[in-house]
Amino acid sequence: MSTRTRPRAHPDDATTTYREALREGLREALTSDDRVFLMGEDVGRYGGCFGVSLGLLEEFGPERVRDTPLSESAFVGAGIGAALAGMRPVVEIMTVNFSLLALDQILNNAATLRHMSGGQLGVPLVIRMTTGAGRQLAAQHSHSLEGWYAHIPGLRVLAPATVDDARHVLAAALADPDPVLLFEHGSLYNAAGMLDPAVHDVDLDSAAVRREGADVTVVAYGGCVSKALEAAEALAEEGISAEVIDLRTLRPLDDATVVGSVRRTHRAVLVDEGWRSGSLSAEIESRICEQAFFDLDAPVERVCSAEVPIPYARRLEEAALPQPAGIVAAARRVVS
Amino acid sequence: MATAHGDTSAGTPQAKGPRRARGTATATPSRTPASAHDLDLLRQMLLIRRFEERCVELYSAAAIRGFVHLYIGEEAVAVGVHQALDERDAVVSTYREHGHALARGVPPEAVMAEMYGKTTGCSHGRGGSMHLFDAARRFYGGNAIVGGGLPLAAGLALADRMRGESRVTCCFFGDGAFAEGEFHETANLAALWGLPVLFVCENNLYAMGTALVREHAQTDLAMRAASYGMAAWAVDGMDVHAVEKAARGAVESVRAGNGPHFLEMRTYRFRAHSMYDPDRYRSKGEIEEWKRHDPVTGLADGMRASGLLDDAAMEALDHAVMEEIDRAVQTAEGAPEEAAEDLLLHVTGRHEEAPS
Ligand SMILES: Cc1ncc(C[n+]2csc(CCOP(=O)(O)OP(=O)(O)O)c2C)c(N)n1
Ligand SMILES: [Mg+2]
Repeated sequence: MSTRTRPRAHPDDATTTYREALREGLREALTSDDRVFLMGEDVGRYGGCFGVSLGLLEEFGPERVRDTPLSESAFVGAGIGAALAGMRPVVEIMTVNFSLLALDQILNNAATLRHMSGGQLGVPLVIRMTTGAGRQLAAQHSHSLEGWYAHIPGLRVLAPATVDDARHVLAAALADPDPVLLFEHGSLYNAAGMLDPAVHDVDLDSAAVRREGADVTVVAYGGCVSKALEAAEALAEEGISAEVIDLRTLRPLDDATVVGSVRRTHRAVLVDEGWRSGSLSAEIESRICEQAFFDLDAPVERVCSAEVPIPYARRLEEAALPQPAGIVAAARRVVS
Repeated sequence: MATAHGDTSAGTPQAKGPRRARGTATATPSRTPASAHDLDLLRQMLLIRRFEERCVELYSAAAIRGFVHLYIGEEAVAVGVHQALDERDAVVSTYREHGHALARGVPPEAVMAEMYGKTTGCSHGRGGSMHLFDAARRFYGGNAIVGGGLPLAAGLALADRMRGESRVTCCFFGDGAFAEGEFHETANLAALWGLPVLFVCENNLYAMGTALVREHAQTDLAMRAASYGMAAWAVDGMDVHAVEKAARGAVESVRAGNGPHFLEMRTYRFRAHSMYDPDRYRSKGEIEEWKRHDPVTGLADGMRASGLLDDAAMEALDHAVMEEIDRAVQTAEGAPEEAAEDLLLHVTGRHEEAPS
């Protein structure tokens, strides 16, 4: 540990990474509320498997930054129990693929206890985990299963895509009386950006318009937002004005922002790193059709991951994932 | 005792944790005189017994529905263990939890109304037989995922540990649950962190139709629990005094900071697994043999022998219990149903209180 230095937000310019922003959010939560504690595999001495919690053990001690044994079900369930008892635990699961070992606790307990108890109990728990592909980690470390979780009543599902959201999302999540799942896209940890000093919180009830446009609405979330913005830039050069919406909250969905945009642009391209079949993008497409069918000038297009376990080889992995070129092509089809 | 369980002896340590001191099972004698205490134990066990017998009738009459799992035969476990717990403690239970809820003090009216799916039910009709909750009594349900309550118990205990509260979380589960990963993960976590959990394994020899010997390679559950580094006992779960004594010793030691303890309660269910179960996997003879160790008649006979109970007193007790259950049924039948407009209540807490 002594040989590792603690990365801090760059002091000279206001630039920070997504990872550092998440860490600042954790630091702030641990400082401001003594009910908050962090637990998970390797969150302490190791510093978090992706380095998010590096230095927090030294700062807050082993009671509040707790390394757990490899037992996703037990420590997620323990987080639920501690939340029931009035604590505000933040549980880290290394990746969404491993969260399946805790799926019982998340679905059968966290999401249902309030209802089954007739409103007597609440589970104010935050579960953070890494999601997504792009780092050649192959088929057991790369999937995007947040859409599955977004299926479940009783949960709130978040996917911060920017450094500002990464910085402020945790406070909002901890203020929620229900279990909140926070999906951190693995390819974003090193993404750097300027923290906006004017931003102090995240509105968890609304999607964010990241770029305004008039010809087509591009909806994305998490790791695909930057790809959508890149595509919008390319489309602008062709004279196509794309509006880019970052969903930010995957459950409950902010229909109003999405549908409102589609009513203006009359066209939609939905980007989703999940598999197409039964995906979040399918749900959004349904809602657009239900609420804005007669405003559409073209069938909705979707850009999703190919229906294949994410492969290792770089070329194959890239081919499996939504890419800016695919988004551009889809946008061209809907505006033509 | 029927042979299948082998020897049981209350308060005898099966094995002890290598790192933490084992709590002794010297029972703190209850403050009430023995006669009054025994009468109370008998009343509580009888209440559970008669309550569930009424459930069978109501089920046959289709007044209550769903999966209903009876505790008949196992009453000594819930009642004995609860003698050692007090208000500040927490209880996590299973789907076979009528006995646990009643022993915890959840009013029979609230439990019965829940079976009827009424507004006055202890889960406002959202839970039914398998999901009884009572937050005020720290009764955390009512979990129908085998093993699913165990991690919750560790978390409740963790919160107590972090806040320096001298509270104990008692978690009931079955011999079948002992085979689940969630038990083993939780046992390790609780022992590793020294959490104040009392694990009460109700070994009734069956997980649905699967006998203990067909579900566990090593059937000495207390010994296996001890391998996690916690004190573990096997207890005659048909003897309420033995259960109480073991539970008092274990709770005292957990409260003293000696980490989790494990009690294997060797017991037996006299009825089928649930109302759906034709009970084809065990012999009538086996059931009859175990009924000779009925915990309710066992206690009553003992009290009779020592002159603490006579026919008149027994009749009076039974009468009082039946009246209580009649009242519970009447109020449940008369209680209002939840309005369909309230269907979506209690899904999220945006407009409801979170625990503080
Ligand atoms: C995870 C899970 N698997 C299977 C079931 C179906 N099931 C309900 S009760 C039960 C047997 C459990 O046996 P045990 O833990 O010994 O408790 P008992 O019913 O004997 O009290 C099974 C298999 C379930 N509810 N949950
Ligand atoms: Mg059993």
